[in-house]
Amino acid sequence: MKTNIRKWTSKPVVKPLLALILMVVAMSFLSENFATSDNFFNVLRQVSVNLCISVGMTMVILTGGIDLSVGSVLALSGAVAAGLVRGGISLPGADLFIGATFWGACLAALAVGAGLGAFNGLMITRFKVPPFVATLGMLTIARGLTMLYTGGFPITGLGSSFEFLGTGWLAGIPMPVWLAFLIILAFAFYMKKSKTGRYIYAIGGNERASLLSGIRVDRVKLWVYTLAGLLSAVAGLLVTARLDSAQPNGGSGYELDSIAAVVIGGTSLSGGRGSIWGTVVGALIIGVLNNGLVLLNVSPFWQQVVKGLVILGAVVMDKYSTKTN
Amino acid sequence: MDKIILEAQGITKRFPGVLALDKVDLRIYAGAVQALVGENGAGKSTLMNILSGVYTDYEGSLLMDGRPCRLSSALEARGAGIAIIHQELNLVPYMSVAENIFLGREAVSRSGLIDYRSMRRQASRLLSQLNFDIDPDTRVADLRVGQQQLVEIAKALSLQARVLIMDEPTSSLSEKEVQTLFEIIDRLKAQGTGIVYITHKMDEISRLADYVTVLRDGCLIGELPAAQLNTDDIVRMMVGRERSHFFVKQPHQKQAVRLQVDHLSLKDAAHPGKYILRDICFSVSAGEVLGIYGLMGAGRTELLETIFGLHPQQADYTMSVDGRAVQPRHPQEALDSGIALIPEDRKRDGLVLDLDITENMTLASLDRFLQHGLLQHSRENRTVDDYRERLAIKSYSRTQLCGQLSGGNQQKVVIARSLLTGPKVLLLDEPTRGIDIQAKNEIYQLIDRWAGQGMAIVLISSELPEIMAVSDRILTLSEGRITAGFQREEFSEETILKGVLPRE
Repeated sequence: MKTNIRKWTSKPVVKPLLALILMVVAMSFLSENFATSDNFFNVLRQVSVNLCISVGMTMVILTGGIDLSVGSVLALSGAVAAGLVRGGISLPGADLFIGATFWGACLAALAVGAGLGAFNGLMITRFKVPPFVATLGMLTIARGLTMLYTGGFPITGLGSSFEFLGTGWLAGIPMPVWLAFLIILAFAFYMKKSKTGRYIYAIGGNERASLLSGIRVDRVKLWVYTLAGLLSAVAGLLVTARLDSAQPNGGSGYELDSIAAVVIGGTSLSGGRGSIWGTVVGALIIGVLNNGLVLLNVSPFWQQVVKGLVILGAVVMDKYSTKTN
Repeated sequence: MDKIILEAQGITKRFPGVLALDKVDLRIYAGAVQALVGENGAGKSTLMNILSGVYTDYEGSLLMDGRPCRLSSALEARGAGIAIIHQELNLVPYMSVAENIFLGREAVSRSGLIDYRSMRRQASRLLSQLNFDIDPDTRVADLRVGQQQLVEIAKALSLQARVLIMDEPTSSLSEKEVQTLFEIIDRLKAQGTGIVYITHKMDEISRLADYVTVLRDGCLIGELPAAQLNTDDIVRMMVGRERSHFFVKQPHQKQAVRLQVDHLSLKDAAHPGKYILRDICFSVSAGEVLGIYGLMGAGRTELLETIFGLHPQQADYTMSVDGRAVQPRHPQEALDSGIALIPEDRKRDGLVLDLDITENMTLASLDRFLQHGLLQHSRENRTVDDYRERLAIKSYSRTQLCGQLSGGNQQKVVIARSLLTGPKVLLLDEPTRGIDIQAKNEIYQLIDRWAGQGMAIVLISSELPEIMAVSDRILTLSEGRITAGFQREEFSEETILKGVLPRE
């Protein structure tokens, strides 16, 4: 029993979790509007987009990589979905028009996300481009493609299915929260119980030792970047559905919030150490912080400063405590 | 009695939960070599880190020339005339040899800029002392491990320290380089330098040491003049028991050929038109241990890597395992055809230090623990506990991180991982490098047992006594070619050494 407690408290997720609980308690005292069920779901709904992206980001960072393109991939997949339900595909030469249903549009968006992610992975594994550079390239490419596809204008009026996905409720819980929750559960399970999950940790911890253990390192990396793209596309669908429009500038800067969530959640940027659950806590901390600062009427400019300090504080604390251990 | 330069008295050092040193004394004499021996985990490195100013919170005192001194940083220790050659290399890979030697003490010209010419000149002089013929502008990253070790030694020499600490300096040096190093040590002694020499190798102690200090489990067992000790005494003091079960090889029945390698050549990717290995042919039978002995740079590691499928682009060969042709293009294919490799540098190539024993041990054989595509943790744990027991891996739990294990136990985890793949052919690259005598003996016995079970084993070692003790047959490798072969009854140090010397 005693060793169980010690084992549990030594887990890296515990510290950010305590910080989160502390923040929630403090906010409940500071603002009467914080601890209401409306606000509770409000925070969760806002966080769900970052959660989807950050699950993918966690896996990428665990392999020792990084994905800067998630925001742009989100925008392009959202735009493709919106464009398809609004306009369908017309193939001028063949005189053919394919209208897309809600499901078709979603599937296309996911394919776009996975495709762009796979492109990242291919650049990194086949052409040995460092992940930072490869995904920086994709950040610009996908944003440019979004602008080309939308002509720089929002695509709006997407119909009831999207409305339900973005703003609907199921069994008393908002749809985006359901989706994020399912994704978290699925991937936390995947990391724990699948061979690939174990390989992801091993590659980030020591790539050469992984190779010598017979792991197809390149395939695993390719797969991880593909998943990151896919999950960005899911986030893109959520954003588009909630706004009932695809914004050409949507998702800008989301990569930073996502990396912040991963880092605050205790995942090492050099790879090999961390967890999906840590990231969940990290994303919630950012969500509560954003929400709390708004409720406390802190100016948006100060909000950015505070957020930055929290990220730095989290990393410093982590470094300090691992040293004393 | 020699004059004492530096003396440590009653040093006690605690780490959380561990008493690393318990009232240990150490004396360093002018113009003498103090050999510091003890099993891994005995506290040698901790003591050296205190002497070189790395650890500053300890109990006890240091006396320099009889006066108490407190070293509060590595820089201060260096200022006091104490230099250390760490076992783990501390070089900046993308800087030149000269830049590394003078890192932090760059020669500066009058204009305030770095005086590369003078640094290069001084570096050349130091390197030639070591008979190390290399351009001081070479990047350290382009050197092999043993050559990097020589740079590290040159760096320590450049400090002209009064006290020089060497932590297993020969672990990656060739026989010839070791001899040069020994000559330099003799010279330093004559100049009055006090030397601490940490080693696991008994022949080095009898060659070099004037005094021997033995540590065991953080305690001082004793300091004695080397002349009064023989190897058995030292081993007894280290392990606290008689060396009763020193390794004796069991005879095995000769059986059918398991591994057959023909006309293996490996192109040098960095130098087009050149070869690292040329036309190598050999076979290993089931139950046989084939030792491959060669100097550093002879292509030993590359030979095993090629067989293990790591150089599919550059290699050309035919190979068969149990008569079935195989040509692995990736380590996974090698493992699938029954070939396993235990790599040379367990920290760089072997282990994921941030993962625990379980995760490291099963990494190459996860398929065994899958059911419907899901890992069965309970089955995995059972297997891991079984191997922890069978290989006597000292650890408090299967969830202990591999980074916290001692060298010998880390090596056993790597070994267990290879065994779990069910190998027919086992390639061992320096399996006992940097681990203590007892763990070495255990590994020799394991090798013998696997041979008895019918594995074909290829062993690389730079320790001649080791390779002679364990092998049934030895091939010598020199400059990428096989130069000689010896059956067990023909083994003799001189003839084997002759085989590996490069032809002029």
